[in-house]
Amino acid sequence: MTVIFDGIASGMLLFLISVGLSVTLGLMNFVNLAHGAFAMLGGYVCVTLLNRAGVPFLATLPIAALATALVGVALERTLYRRLYAASHLDQVLFSIGLVFMSIAGAHYFFGAQQQPMVLPEFLQGQINLPGLDIGVYRLFLVVLSLAIAYGLNRLVRGTRFGAQLRASVDNPRAARGVGINVERIFTLTFALGTALAGLGGALGVEMLGLDPSFPVKYIVYFLIVVAVGGSGNIMGSLVASLILGVVDVAGKYYVPQIGAFVIYAVMVVMLIFRPQGLFGRRAAR
Amino acid sequence: MQAALTLDLAPIARADRWRPAELAFWLIPVAAYFIFPDNLVLLTQIAITALFCLSLDLILGYAGIVSLGHAAFFGLGAYAAGLLAAHGYGDPLLGLVAAALVTAVLGYVTSFLVLRGADLTRLMVTLGVAMMLYEIANKLTHITGGVDGLQGMEVLPVLGQFEFDLYGKTAYWYAIAVLFALFCVARKLVHSPFGLSLKGVRLNVGRMPAIGAPVNARLSAVYTIGAAYAGIAGALLAQTTQFVALDVLAFNRSAELLLILVLGGSGSLYGALLGTIVFMSAHHMLSDLNPQYWQFWLGALLVVIVLFARDGVMGGLRGGQRRLGAALGRTKQ
Repeated sequence: MTVIFDGIASGMLLFLISVGLSVTLGLMNFVNLAHGAFAMLGGYVCVTLLNRAGVPFLATLPIAALATALVGVALERTLYRRLYAASHLDQVLFSIGLVFMSIAGAHYFFGAQQQPMVLPEFLQGQINLPGLDIGVYRLFLVVLSLAIAYGLNRLVRGTRFGAQLRASVDNPRAARGVGINVERIFTLTFALGTALAGLGGALGVEMLGLDPSFPVKYIVYFLIVVAVGGSGNIMGSLVASLILGVVDVAGKYYVPQIGAFVIYAVMVVMLIFRPQGLFGRRAAR
Repeated sequence: MQAALTLDLAPIARADRWRPAELAFWLIPVAAYFIFPDNLVLLTQIAITALFCLSLDLILGYAGIVSLGHAAFFGLGAYAAGLLAAHGYGDPLLGLVAAALVTAVLGYVTSFLVLRGADLTRLMVTLGVAMMLYEIANKLTHITGGVDGLQGMEVLPVLGQFEFDLYGKTAYWYAIAVLFALFCVARKLVHSPFGLSLKGVRLNVGRMPAIGAPVNARLSAVYTIGAAYAGIAGALLAQTTQFVALDVLAFNRSAELLLILVLGGSGSLYGALLGTIVFMSAHHMLSDLNPQYWQFWLGALLVVIVLFARDGVMGGLRGGQRRLGAALGRTKQ
């Protein structure tokens, strides 16, 4: 049971970070490998505020999200925008370039070491039930992720903004024709995606660690979530993250000798049978 | 297709078919040997990376298959040759052949997975295959040495004559010779009907079946060939360094390779070679100047290339050629 719960918690964390990617990659159809770099930025903002400025942990989370979103918007306005119409290969190369720059930048400002992180007391410790040990922080992650999943789903499916977004993605010309400001929608969506990355990065420091190689180390996991969950599908990402989290933790726990092999195998097998992802719809455009 | 794959190589060996600029290009490795006698190790690395880049160019530049996991084949080839040499079969050419065979099989098998999806799925599947191999190599420590790398390789002299020396002279000429031979094969390949049909697939995949070209068979054939090339490059690295590190399979290697190819300009064989020369030299100098942060400039370079110079060095050469007309008239390939 504890293994399953840990799996769920790590899946939820995975979801928190990769749902931002699901938004940019899935909804906007931009292969953004630099997503991990945004998550790393959020992590550094959180750690710096916490350790040097003494800001309380819960307050650092929105600041991390906001700061990341601002950087995201700046980059979107100047660089990303030019590549919306480019081929996937160009987008991949461009974002790998950003990843390299972010790694070197993190080295420069923060050094190569792992960043220390001390959680506030009310998030430490465990709740012990018969047959089940629940870390409080993990519980916190699970609850927060579920709330965000619910909120995002409502946002995309049930609001005016969501409708405009889906219209802009499916057919930008027609969307412009009915008076939607497609550029603005895309900028906002990108900001949303990077803000979620920043938030996920900040929350992930405790479990994933934080050092300059973060964007490369975990980008594979984020991509797997999006690819398996189906692009642009928030519930799909949630389910995929949970599956991956549980499989990954269980695999590492029960058969440590094959380690991370399991989740790559799961991904490849899933993609062979469902190239569109578990809950995919055909990518627009 | 069969005929294209088993071409008689004699005609290409004749130099008269080659353009003078190409011949001049192949004098560079000879000149480099005399100009930089102290940097033979680096030059050997360049030759190996050039071969590796050539293999990606075949599948990406000519056939348009995107791959984020090409290091899978490079690493597999390196381990194949390395394991052979570590277990007493140290003949270098035997190692190359074995590496090519093993990687070709893997390439053929995985080509079916890769061809199932569109771009994004391809990126993910190639990446997934590479990561799986990485994990296998990482965990099978009793065979591969895991993180410590594969040690104890004993590579015999090339052709029984030329022993690998401390200064890397044999290694250099060996790598250059293999690169040149395989380059000639690739050159012939892309100019053959088979190569032209690949270009057709890349440019208009919908129309190729209409003129009777079996698209998937062609793509899986070129993917297999590309895999074998990458495997040979990996084997060369293993044999010349007498060591296989786990990072032959790493994601960074695949990503860097894409960078090199785009820097040089994909879809032209010399682009792959020029890109490698420029990249490796820049890498060497930047990491000397600025060991920790050269990666930043690398990233910046990549962003700039994608935004402003999509065709890379070859594109620049072609543009210059257009402007200068006859002056540069024959650098184009």
